[in-house]
Amino acid sequence: MHHNQYTVTRVLGIGGLLLVALAGCNGSGGSPPVVEVDAGSVALRRLTTEQFTRSIHDVLGAHITVPSRIDPDDRRAGLLAVGASFASVTPSGLEKYEAAATAAAEQALDPTHRDDLVQCQPASVTSSDEECARAFVERVGRRLFRRSLTEEEASARVAIANEAANTLNDFYAGLELVLTSVLASPEFLFRVEEAEPDPSNPSRMRVTSASMASRLSYLLWNTTPDDDLLTAAENGDLVDEAGLAEQVERLLASPKLETGIRSIFSDLYDFKQFDDGLVRKDNALFPVYTQALVEEAKEQTLRTIVAHLGADKDYRDLFTTSESFLTRRLGVAYRVPVTTANGWEPYVFSEDARREGLLSHISFNALYSHPGRSSATLRGKFVREVLLCQDIPTPPANVDFSIVEDTMGELRTARERLEQHVTNDACAGCHTLTDPIGLALESFDAIGMLRDEENGVPIDTSGELDGVTYEDAAGMGRALRDHPALGPCLVRSLYRYAVGRDTEAGEQALLTFLNDRFARSEYRVRELMREVVLSDGFRTTSGPREAAATGDES
Amino acid sequence: MRRFDRRTLLRGTLVGGAVSMGLPLLDSFLNDNATALAQGAPLPVRFGAWMWGCGMNPGRWNPTTEGVGYDLPIELQALDRELATGTKLRDHVSILSDFDVKLDGRPNFPHTAGLMGTLTGSLPLQDYTVPAPTLDAIIAAQIGGLTRFRSLEMSCTGNPNQSYSFESQGVFNAPEISPMALYTRVFGPEFADPNAGPFTPDPRLMLRQSVLSAVKDDRDRLFQRVGTHDKQRLDQYFTSVRQLEQQIAILLEGPPDLQSCSKAPAPGAESLGTEVEQSVSTNRLMADLLSFALACDQTRVFSMMFSDRISGLRQAGSSAQHHQLTHDEPLDPAIGYQPEATEFVFICMEAWADFVERLAAVPEGDGTLLDNCLVFGHSDISLAKIHGITGIPMMIAGAAGGTLRPGVHVRGHTSPTTRVGLTIQQAMGLNTESFGTQSMEATQPVSEIVA
Repeated sequence: MHHNQYTVTRVLGIGGLLLVALAGCNGSGGSPPVVEVDAGSVALRRLTTEQFTRSIHDVLGAHITVPSRIDPDDRRAGLLAVGASFASVTPSGLEKYEAAATAAAEQALDPTHRDDLVQCQPASVTSSDEECARAFVERVGRRLFRRSLTEEEASARVAIANEAANTLNDFYAGLELVLTSVLASPEFLFRVEEAEPDPSNPSRMRVTSASMASRLSYLLWNTTPDDDLLTAAENGDLVDEAGLAEQVERLLASPKLETGIRSIFSDLYDFKQFDDGLVRKDNALFPVYTQALVEEAKEQTLRTIVAHLGADKDYRDLFTTSESFLTRRLGVAYRVPVTTANGWEPYVFSEDARREGLLSHISFNALYSHPGRSSATLRGKFVREVLLCQDIPTPPANVDFSIVEDTMGELRTARERLEQHVTNDACAGCHTLTDPIGLALESFDAIGMLRDEENGVPIDTSGELDGVTYEDAAGMGRALRDHPALGPCLVRSLYRYAVGRDTEAGEQALLTFLNDRFARSEYRVRELMREVVLSDGFRTTSGPREAAATGDES
Repeated sequence: MRRFDRRTLLRGTLVGGAVSMGLPLLDSFLNDNATALAQGAPLPVRFGAWMWGCGMNPGRWNPTTEGVGYDLPIELQALDRELATGTKLRDHVSILSDFDVKLDGRPNFPHTAGLMGTLTGSLPLQDYTVPAPTLDAIIAAQIGGLTRFRSLEMSCTGNPNQSYSFESQGVFNAPEISPMALYTRVFGPEFADPNAGPFTPDPRLMLRQSVLSAVKDDRDRLFQRVGTHDKQRLDQYFTSVRQLEQQIAILLEGPPDLQSCSKAPAPGAESLGTEVEQSVSTNRLMADLLSFALACDQTRVFSMMFSDRISGLRQAGSSAQHHQLTHDEPLDPAIGYQPEATEFVFICMEAWADFVERLAAVPEGDGTLLDNCLVFGHSDISLAKIHGITGIPMMIAGAAGGTLRPGVHVRGHTSPTTRVGLTIQQAMGLNTESFGTQSMEATQPVSEIVA
């Protein structure tokens, strides 16, 4: 735990009231909700690989090929968004950032795209042009640094552009050099989160208007703020109740919200493993499985989530819905007919297909498996930890596997193998939590294809989830859908994702409040996002993080 | 960045201003005789770590005789190879058995405690945490600034997000997983080939200098806006900037002046993953590239993860992985070990032999490149089935430029593994009297292997 220099206590005021109105709740009547929040610290947040790429595409052009292998993202406490608050840049990482910056700047200013980007014509292409260079530096620099450059910063960079242009007899080479320096700068690679005393209550620290712009944009769109948001930030609108609400509504109504939702769930479910090519399967055992298939499987799940939540449907129904999207390649693996020859089509699985809920998707079952076999333990652990926010202890120290040795002859199914763990006290503590969930998913093999037998023995998918019994994966999905921890877990995860750190004791009341609001909204995620960004947990802070915490405290 | 005429650029440089280099560098640039290593200077000594996961079977791996010419039990048979020089690989590799990781009451986090104890000298208080810098980072902090690359990290697992090279908990050095990417990084267009005729500095390097110079100008303003923890993170960033400036300065000095240096050929086809054939092939390709990189003094510190501590190595067509087998596979009572899991121990030891043999194949000075290396081969554990951290298997290949006596088997008699780490640091010229904390604190190097 780290020490907070300031203690911030604030009553949720207009933001909460506004929510009641927007959410259309008929309300319980009487006084507005009162929530005391002692929000945690703020820290630099290094752009994730995805944010680095999206920011470059948004500001400099979608045609740019951004190298995908830059310094790897740091995943902590189950989120890249938390790791980003701890990551730094190593020598080899900077080498890669600099190379990526050089490549991006060159493509941004190549002869076919430079006019669109620069938006002014130099007096001569073979020498410096102070005015045009300054306009470029100020406009592009503002988008990339997420704030207006100071006069000093802008002038220093214009001077570089001029000097280089005159030396190299090339105006655009000067801009290229400056753009490279902006993209390799810590001001671009790290989002600086700043706090300031709140003038209306100087004992409390609020996140500055400029920092709020980045917080909002990267949470809801996962990219750099647009001009409107930066202008609002510079006008101080984002530390003003009405100004903030207006921008929040605009961001939530934008099609770019889809990107934000995709990024949140990709991070939460660790789908980056697909992007890193780490979900590998044995070719001989699973000939259907290819990198193209698994990338489409990931996309299928994300499309399902975005369509469902974008339509303001109940979050919990994601774990029971038969509605999804398929390609012909996926159809082969799912053994269902897909009429569209190329691309995606909406698809509703029939009951016979036994594909109800996200957990029946190929993506999850392939991701939470070994290369050669399924893993009931990994799947169960994912459900407990990520979907229900329940802690699964690490395997006991000094664990000796001699105790689970096979003494009964060949063990043919996962259930038979895992029962060995449950008969041992040291192992049972965790395996009784994870295995019954995972065993329900044993009807999906290591690449998520259906099967009824393992090694010639029928697979038993029955089990119990915290008091609710089921016969198969669909039944487990329904039990999960109705589990009381499901909604609160998403609240907690979204909040951690939003603030880039674990929750703290002083935020417990806020989480309880958000849980209640989420339930009342019938688990609409867009409503939850609105509640989070308007809350004092998102808008205030104890100040900059002072200690070199590890990120594992909670 | 597009190519610019060198003379034009130089003219601009001399006019002064933003696109300029520091004066000492300019001197070296103009001096055609400036070289990275002056003629007659001693050959560099390099340190590397080579790690495999999931240990071995102690009774089948630890030699029974001590000293030089030790016996080779079944799991060390890979060291029986005869080298091109006519010597046995065994004569270049010391075995360090019966050295322990001591817990001092802290938990034995499976596969973590033994690894971190050995590499950092301290035990983690939480799982998946790194208590202190790893050996390679400690050494790179001392000698990494002398070469183009502070260090090179490599992995045969296909996972770009995992290495055991840590500056601190938050700062890990990401590995190269692709031989082609490693080749491009070291021997790409920037590499000054000593056999490519007269040296012409690449003007793009000077442009990169000015980019980094501009980046540094943001430092003070930024520091005023962040807290103490973020200052540490930014310090790391600016340390990296200085390292990159150093890298460029060395490139501008021209090709390395080392007799054994030549540009590596591009590596052959690669296939990334944890199937045995993939990892074995990646290890060979990387060792090949590394031998060229070391001979050209591009770095003096490296690390290689052959297999992870939770080893994902597997045979094509099999559903079982190495780590899983060490836990699931029954012990065959007739032979006293797990036969399928043990196959992977042989594979790892053969891969270690491949790696060391490659370094021994490069002539350097009066001997070979290996003679001027110190390669620390180790695992995270001894017997994986019980997560054993006594008798962690450790080996040292090479003579570290004559500082070490190679080819010796030393029993540690349960002394801490940090004695080996201490010996390594001292052999690499570090002025270190102790390594490790609490019961892991070592003050006595392994004198039997010191020349």
